Amino acid sequence: MKDYLFVFRNDFTSAPSGSPEEMQAMTQKWMDWIGSIAAKNKLTDRGNALSSVGKVLRPDNTITNGPYTEIKELIGGYTLVNAESIDEATELAKGCPILSLGGNVEVREIRVM
Amino acid sequence: MEQEDLIPHLFRTEYRKITAVLCKLFGISHIEIAEDIASDTFLLASETWPFKGIPENPAAWLYTVAKNKAKDYLKRDSLFEQKIAPQITYNTSGTQEIEIDLSEQNIVDAQLQMLFAVCNPTIPAEAQIGLALRILCGFGIDEIADAFLTNKEVINKRLFRAKEKLRIEKVKIEFPNDSEINSRLETVLTTLYLLFNEGYYSSNQNVTLRKDLCLEAMRLTHLLIGNRATDKPAVNALLSLMCFHSSRFEARVNKNGETILYQDQDKNLWNKELIMKGEYFLNRAAHGKQISKYHLEAGIAYWHTIKTDTKEKWENILQFYNQLLQIEYSPIAALNRTYALSKANGKTAAIIEAEKLNLNNSHLFHSLMGELYTEIDNSKSIDHYKTALKFAKSAADKSVISEKILALGSFKIN
Repeated sequence: MKDYLFVFRNDFTSAPSGSPEEMQAMTQKWMDWIGSIAAKNKLTDRGNALSSVGKVLRPDNTITNGPYTEIKELIGGYTLVNAESIDEATELAKGCPILSLGGNVEVREIRVM
Repeated sequence: MEQEDLIPHLFRTEYRKITAVLCKLFGISHIEIAEDIASDTFLLASETWPFKGIPENPAAWLYTVAKNKAKDYLKRDSLFEQKIAPQITYNTSGTQEIEIDLSEQNIVDAQLQMLFAVCNPTIPAEAQIGLALRILCGFGIDEIADAFLTNKEVINKRLFRAKEKLRIEKVKIEFPNDSEINSRLETVLTTLYLLFNEGYYSSNQNVTLRKDLCLEAMRLTHLLIGNRATDKPAVNALLSLMCFHSSRFEARVNKNGETILYQDQDKNLWNKELIMKGEYFLNRAAHGKQISKYHLEAGIAYWHTIKTDTKEKWENILQFYNQLLQIEYSPIAALNRTYALSKANGKTAAIIEAEKLNLNNSHLFHSLMGELYTEIDNSKSIDHYKTALKFAKSAADKSVISEKILALGSFKIN
């Protein structure tokens, strides 16, 4: 069993629109998706969301404000799961609510140092 | 109260008090001496009361006899000189006069301190429960054996080994200090939770015994709430959970001792007073920043006290299970979460999820699948129930599953 990192990317700068009810429904979808991974005993760490505010430090000590890559590819959060293979981990990523918002989930195996 | 009922009744309420106070006085190495003195006290009562009549204040009589027996023991036993005397001197900070304090406050303190001593992570959970039942609840060895569905020898051995371990570890009968209290309390709560479940979910046919186990778990949890240092949100959440569950005690078993499933229960038999108590302690639990698994389970149990199925009810239960599984995975929670999912989002969605749970060797999994396929694909439903029947062990489980198969069979003909 190995740990895998899910990196959630999307255009997080455009503030989430919608009524409080719609926001609530979105939260429930995230919780249901995380809950379904946990119900399979595959959740290592729920992880966290990342604020869209940030800075980048570059080699000559210059500091720039974000965004850091393509605005659509902003990292919005991460989760850790465990699986037998990268394919199983990717299977777990299916149903992630970010996909319905036009975002994507990057699945990476964690190499323990 | 009739005389023949009085002694067993007093045994239930007073034996544990005397034992706890004497254990605290003698130290963890001499639990047996404390138990023996308490037992001898009741033996004397059963021998003399039928002839001399019941004393005016039976409990006070027992306390006096226990005190005298303890003092006599301390005077004549040479072991006392070597081992117990220094311990007592230590406990009473140097005074020579032996004080045996059976005041209400000292009894409560002694019981709480014994609870912490017994719920020690160095001994297995089963042994912790056994010792708690023996010393803090005054259960007989045969009752404990009955509760664990085993025989007296097994329990005697288990308790003996546990006492030996506590002796070797030199466990002190004292309150944990402030820095330790949360981690120590966690073990205590786990043991009380297991003790309650032992009564609530046991396949034991002895309904009175099962109820007693639940009541004892609640009494000990309540003892923690009565003490300022241990009156924590998680403790209140645990008691709330116990109140909600036990509110259904009268409704979940029929006259023949058979299980009545939640949806078939007569909700008029649900105990409203216990439901209100559960709500009271749930409110008291709503403090601080930490959500324990007891909070989440109490939340789930709260929604179960509302019988009518609504989207809101099952959505709330589903979300609590989502959170619970993130704190601690268990197959039962995974299955219950999937059931809640079927109620909140429909059976089809739940079937897809259930198939990925990887719990195919459990009768509970196949019972759930049987339930989910009912009215969607009844033949699949029957297949799953039949598999469940193969995996089921207890007679109660088997009879519930058989009835489901029977109902589905007649459903098909109609």
